[in-house]
Parts: sequence; C-alpha cells; structure tokens
Amino acid sequence: MKVTIDGIEIEVEPGTTVLQAARMIGGDVVPPAMCYYSKLKDTGGNCRACLVEVSKGSEADPRPMPKMMPSCKTGVMDGMEVKVKTSERALDARKAVTEFLLINHPLDCPVCDQAGECDLQNLSFKHGLEKTRFKEEKRTFEPENIGDKIQLHMNRCILCYRCVHTAEQVCGSRNHGVLNRGDHAQISTYVSAAIDHEMSGNMIDVCPVGALTDKTFRFKSRVWFNKPFDAHRNCDKCCGKTTLWMFGNEIQRVTARKDEFHEVEEFICNECRFDHKEVSDWVIEGPRKFEKWSVINQSNYTRKMDKVVIDTEKQILEGRDQDRKKISMKEVPYKTSEK
Amino acid sequence: MGQKILFEKIHIPGIKTYDVYRENGGYASVEKALKMNPDDITEEVKTSGLRGRGGAGFPVGLKWSFIDKKSGNPRHLVCNADESEPGTFKDRYLMEYIPHLLIEGMITSSFALGANLSYIYIRGEYMWVFKTLERAIKEAYAAGWLGKNIKGSGYDLDLHVHCGGGAYICGEETALIESLEGKRGNPRIKPPFPAVKGLWQNPTVVNNVESIATVPWIILNSGEDYSKIGLGRSTGTKLFSVSGHVKKPGVYEIEMGMTVDEFMNSDEYCGGMIDDRPLKGLIPGGSSVPILPKHLIFKTANGEDRLMTYESLSDGGFATGSSLGSGGFIVYNDTACIVRNTWNFSRFYHHESCGQCSPCREGTGWMEKILWRIENGQGTEEDIDLLWSIQAKIEGNTICPLGDAAAWPVAAAIRHFRDEFEYHVRFPEKIKNRDHFVNEPFEKVKHLLQNTTV
Ligand SMILES: Cc1cc2nc3c(=O)[nH]c(=O)nc-3n(C[C@H](O)[C@H](O)[C@H](O)COP(=O)(O)O)c2cc1C
Ligand code: SF4
Ligand code: SF4
Ligand code: FES
Repeated sequence: MKVTIDGIEIEVEPGTTVLQAARMIGGDVVPPAMCYYSKLKDTGGNCRACLVEVSKGSEADPRPMPKMMPSCKTGVMDGMEVKVKTSERALDARKAVTEFLLINHPLDCPVCDQAGECDLQNLSFKHGLEKTRFKEEKRTFEPENIGDKIQLHMNRCILCYRCVHTAEQVCGSRNHGVLNRGDHAQISTYVSAAIDHEMSGNMIDVCPVGALTDKTFRFKSRVWFNKPFDAHRNCDKCCGKTTLWMFGNEIQRVTARKDEFHEVEEFICNECRFDHKEVSDWVIEGPRKFEKWSVINQSNYTRKMDKVVIDTEKQILEGRDQDRKKISMKEVPYKTSEK
Repeated sequence: MGQKILFEKIHIPGIKTYDVYRENGGYASVEKALKMNPDDITEEVKTSGLRGRGGAGFPVGLKWSFIDKKSGNPRHLVCNADESEPGTFKDRYLMEYIPHLLIEGMITSSFALGANLSYIYIRGEYMWVFKTLERAIKEAYAAGWLGKNIKGSGYDLDLHVHCGGGAYICGEETALIESLEGKRGNPRIKPPFPAVKGLWQNPTVVNNVESIATVPWIILNSGEDYSKIGLGRSTGTKLFSVSGHVKKPGVYEIEMGMTVDEFMNSDEYCGGMIDDRPLKGLIPGGSSVPILPKHLIFKTANGEDRLMTYESLSDGGFATGSSLGSGGFIVYNDTACIVRNTWNFSRFYHHESCGQCSPCREGTGWMEKILWRIENGQGTEEDIDLLWSIQAKIEGNTICPLGDAAAWPVAAAIRHFRDEFEYHVRFPEKIKNRDHFVNEPFEKVKHLLQNTTV
C-alpha cells in the first residue's frame, strides 16, 4: 500500500498505522506519541498528541476525513495522504493537547527524576505556550508506593494507560488500574503492596513522565549527569540487556534500553533493574548514544573535550586571595605551604 | 390528536402486567415475526425510515443491515436504557409504564438480527424500573416468549437486564459494551464498530429503548405505514420529555413535523409558558445540544417555521440551529440565568468525563472552573474568550462524542448569550446574591452594558 505523509511517499504493509508509517520515514514527520507504545498491545488513542490531518482518505474514497485522526490508531489505506507538520489544524490540535496535558501537571521538573528524559518536556518545548492560561488550583494527590521499589506521583501522571497495559500484559495480572473518572481519575492498585511481580519495574520505563519513578534512584542525580552505558548479564528471567547509568564508578540506575522513540527495546526484570548495582555484575559493551539534541549528551564523553581556558583565572585567584586576607580568617592558612 | 404508537396503550389500567398487555394485542408482532424471514424484518425497518432515538439519529434498519452475519460468531442485541442525558426522561416513562412493549420489541428485533442472547443495560439510578423489567421478563419467560424454542419456532432467546453503576458515559455504546463485559466503562476507539466487533468481540447492535419499542408497531403494520407518519426523512412519532418553565412539563408523543410553536403553546402539549412570562431560550434535544435564543426558536434563520423534525431543528447548523438529539426539551423563561445553566451543564460533563483522553479530561474541568468563576462574579473579560478557545480545542479532538457534547452547550451559550456573560463580568455586585434575573430580568438591565467600555 502506498501512503503519502507530508509529501513523502512510502510503501507499507496493510494493517500498518499512520504513526508506524511515519516512523518508517523518520525525521520530523513523526508525530509525537505520549500513549502509544509499540511493544504493548491496545495502547494509543488516549493522549491525542499524535493527531494528524488526513487530507485524502484513500484512492477508492478520496474524501478527506473531517476530524483530526489519532495517527497511532488510524490504519493506512492505499493512496492515503496525511499531513503532520504541514497541517495548520493538526499543529493547532497538538498545541491544544499540550496545553491540556500541562494544566494539571505540577511542572516540578526541577525536582523530578524524569527531567531530561521526559516526553512531556519534549512536547512542551516544541508545542507548548510560554505562558499559562490556567489560573485555577491544580488537582493534587499524595505520592504513593507501588510495591517497595516504585513510587507513584499521581500529580504528574498524564493518564496514558501505558503502565496499566504493562501490568496487564507484562506482569500478567490486572491488579493495577484506573480509579475514578475525568480529571480526578487516578492510577492505583487499591493495595499498593499488590504489585510484586518480577517485571513490575518496566512500568517505570514505559511511563512517559515522572509519575512512576525508581525508588533506588530517587534524587541521586539528574539524568544528564549520568553516563549511560550498554551492558548485559546472564539472566534467567529476562534478556539481561540493559543501560547502566553511571556516576564515576557507581551504577546509580539500571534501565532497559530505549530506542529513538523512547520505547524500550526489550523488557527487563526487577532483579536486573534493582539488585545489581555493582560494576562486576555486568559486562559493559560501551557508551549508549542518544539523539543529537538530547540533554543527556550534556555529559558528552563520546567526543574529545577541549580543555577550558579562563583568561582571567589568574586575576580571579589573586583577588580572592586579597579578599581573604582583607576580610577575615587572617589566621587560617590558605594553603598548607603558606604556614 | 396525532397518532400514538408508543403511548397507544399506555393508559390502559394494569398494562404493566403480562395478562393485560397480552389481552390488548401484546406480543402479536412476535407471533408475526417468527413466521417471517429475519432479513425481511430488517427490510421493513429500513423502509420505515425509523431513526435511532438515542441521540445520533442513525437509521435503525441500516444499522441492523451492517451486522456481520458472515463471521458465524454469535450476535447480540443490546438495548441502551442508560438514559442519563440531563433533560431526557422518556425511556424511563416507557419502561416504567409499559415494560412489555420493550420486551416485545427486543424479541422481534433479536429475531431479525439472529441474536440468541440479548441485554437491556439500564442505569443504576433506575433501580425500581430495573425491578419492573425483571418482573416483566419473568412473566415473558413463563408465557413462553423467551427461552428455548419460542412458541415452537425453533428460535431461542435469552434476555437479561443489567444494571449500570451510574455513569453517563456508559450510555455511549462502546463504553456500555465494556461495562457490560464487566470492565471500566471507557469508550472504545472505533473502528471496529460494534456491528463487527462488539460485546465479547461478537457482532452487536446497540439501540435506544424508544427505537426498539417502535419495532413491534412497524412489524404489525408495515414499514411503509410508518414512513407515512411524520415529515420527510423524519418519519414516525417521537417522544419528547419536556421540562423547564412551561405549564405542563412531561413526556409527549408527537408526530414529527409539528411546529415548535404548536408543541410549546397548544393546550394539548406544553400549554405555554408558566406564569405567562417571556421565553428566553430552548434546548430541544437534551443538555448536549446547542441552546436556541428566543428569536431562533419558532423561526429558523431564514424565516421558515421551525418544526419538530431532525432537519428543521438542525437547520442553520450550529450557528443558528440546534439538534433533535434525544428529545430532552428544556424551556427557559426570562428568570433563568444562562451562565449558571451553562456552568451546571459543564459541571455535569466534568463529573462524567471518563478521563481517557486528554482534551475532554482536562478541558471539561477547566471550563467548569472558569464558568464557576464567571457565575460567581470573579470572571474577567478574557475568560469569555478563553472559554471559547477551550471548547474549540476539545471539539472534534476526542475519542467519543462526550467531548463534543461538553463543548457545544458552552459554544452556543457564548454565541447567543454573550451579553449575559459580560454582565456577570462587569457587574459582579448585581449577581452576588444569586437572585439576579429573578427579580430583575436581563432585558431590564441589559442597557447597563452599553454604558461600559472594556
Ligand atoms: C456520552 C454519550 C452518552 C450517551 N447516552 C445515551 C443514552 O443514555 N441512551 C441512549 O439511548 N443513547 C445514548 N448515547 C448514544 C449511543 O452511543 C448510541 O448512539 C445509541 O444507543 C444508539 O441507539 P439508536 O441508534 O437507537 O439511537 C450516548 C452517546 C454518548 C456519546
Ligand atoms: S503513571 Fe505514567 S505510565 Fe501510568 S498512566 Fe500515568 S503517565 Fe502513564
Ligand atoms: S471524550 Fe471524554 S468521555 Fe469520551 S473517551 Fe474521551 S475522556 Fe472519555
Ligand atoms: S499516541 Fe496516539 S493518541 Fe496518544
């Protein structure tokens, strides 16, 4: 089947969705997806961030579709023409969705562990308004433990349902779900101890925002101060292929490997994720690369770094020395050699 | 006196019971249908032009013909008795006073669709109606109209009533199916449509109570007879549940095509305005449809009589028209405050949004909060434009039509009654006692707006 996205033609199998076809093309025709997750069944359709304009239905029925369509749930038809970034209406809808997702979001990025690898930050950066039009109080919840290794900050949740599908499909049980309706809807487990499945940690990885976080990593580091390395170990519960987030020689966090769409390549078990924080537990393969624009490249070690030269360094140090002598601590030696 | 189809026998004493219902010709349509070819029944319903009475007005026969009979999977008919739209209470009336009519319709329709297991999904708040239906179903089983080999025809049908938990969203057909399956009532993303994959992934038809209760008459007479009643593509009779400032609120069955003027002002129906106060607005089809201001109620924008038909009520699109919706006819006189009324509707949609998709989940709550502010005199001029912008961003971007239904009333209120919003914003001291417009109708204070500049 032939489908044209923003003027780029591509041949795809029947049954492909518009979003998948766009991802095959790649680049900036890929609509943002906050809820769809290709590794899980039945996801998508909730966030509406991926809305696109279908300007021609198909060869057989060329009428345009009147509404914006969720690309993750819209199957391609032969001859379909789709507009992603060339459609004013689709961009407007995306802006609207971004605004809606943010009105009840606490915007506590400075203290959120997800900051730096958060899909909502990326979406807001691209499509968000710089000012809020929402004056009211935001809805709030108390943080909650989901099992002993995961913490839920419901305030940050965008109700994408990914973790619900993970619990159902990867952990094989329906003990994690949504309570209540509307903007007071809440991800919960009823009994927080109920989640003790050995794959439960994957909920952290699928969560596009900082609503589900790793308690063994909480407040340890900003993600961009960590250096990610691919590593593996022999594991009888999962593939054992992970990314280690290092600070010096310390493994601060272990996650599954995420691809360019921030989806995990393969799910990993809780033992790999939480219980192996020694370098000797792992065979390290090498640094993991991220998109060019990702903030994680702040700690760029793949390229040789120049030495930083500060021209005024000498004066600064001199001044500091004078100040020290002038102001206080005359008696305290600046360097041991000064004595 | 117009023709009655649904209410023909409703006033017979004891019609609630099987014996009286049967003596008065009840279940005759089943007898007739069982001798017919199921596809011919569907054809009859198609010819009748009967349109779905649940709100969308989709032709019933056409919907039936979409049901996937080839897959060989079991098929189901589900009756949507969730009736939770503010202003709509016609289905309750039917089920409460003549429950066997619905059951008869369910049997005939299930036979046409080849369904052997059918359901009536009723809202939780109608507990006593639920019991009435259960009793009626028991009677029908006892008389051999339900169960195995109905009246020796070889056709089996089991019918159950299921009681919902009290969510408006479970009236949306796919959410209803989810709820019936025992899950959280979140609407499904279409396609696939229920006619292909519905209840337990089997082909399913969901129809409103009133739609199904009309089928017996069509089978007993003919599709053509039915299509002669009414006007144009709005065939047959329709129930309207009237509430608000009229002398005689209640449920009325009318032949479609009557003028709105006659319906509202004749003594046979609504009987005119209560206390003869002036009319301010009309919502013709339940809280989800746009409100009409006074000058667009009896006449359309191009000066024709406004009629009680699908076409005429929606004449002019949303700019100057509304929609027949589910027949919840709400009348407002000059003491009503449109801002408060809109806030009240928004509060409802905020409370009832399932929260599955972002625009509706966040937008309904946001609109409710802004409307609350305006209604309480804390709003600003920009809030009115903000509301407009929010509703426009919800509409069309959601999974199910609840998002649209939340947006339309707000849009229409601002479109036609913007000055009332401005009044709230500019004269907070006038509205602070919450009795504005009761003592001081808006018409009398409207001039104040002209003296203010923003
Ligand atoms: C939010 C929402 C609520 C609805 N509630 C009802 C309802 O209470 N009763 C009803 O019959 N249809 C309701 N509908 C319409 C149904 O989805 C469906 O169109 C209808 O049951 C089909 O029956 P009909 O073709 O006989 O009208 C609702 C739709 C939406 C979007
Ligand atoms: S907790 Fe995270 S993954 Fe789960 S619904 Fe909320 S945002 Fe999605
Ligand atoms: S539009 Fe509202 S009610 Fe409908 S699926 Fe979305 S959130 Fe739920
Ligand atoms: S990714 Fe398509 S709606 Fe969320």
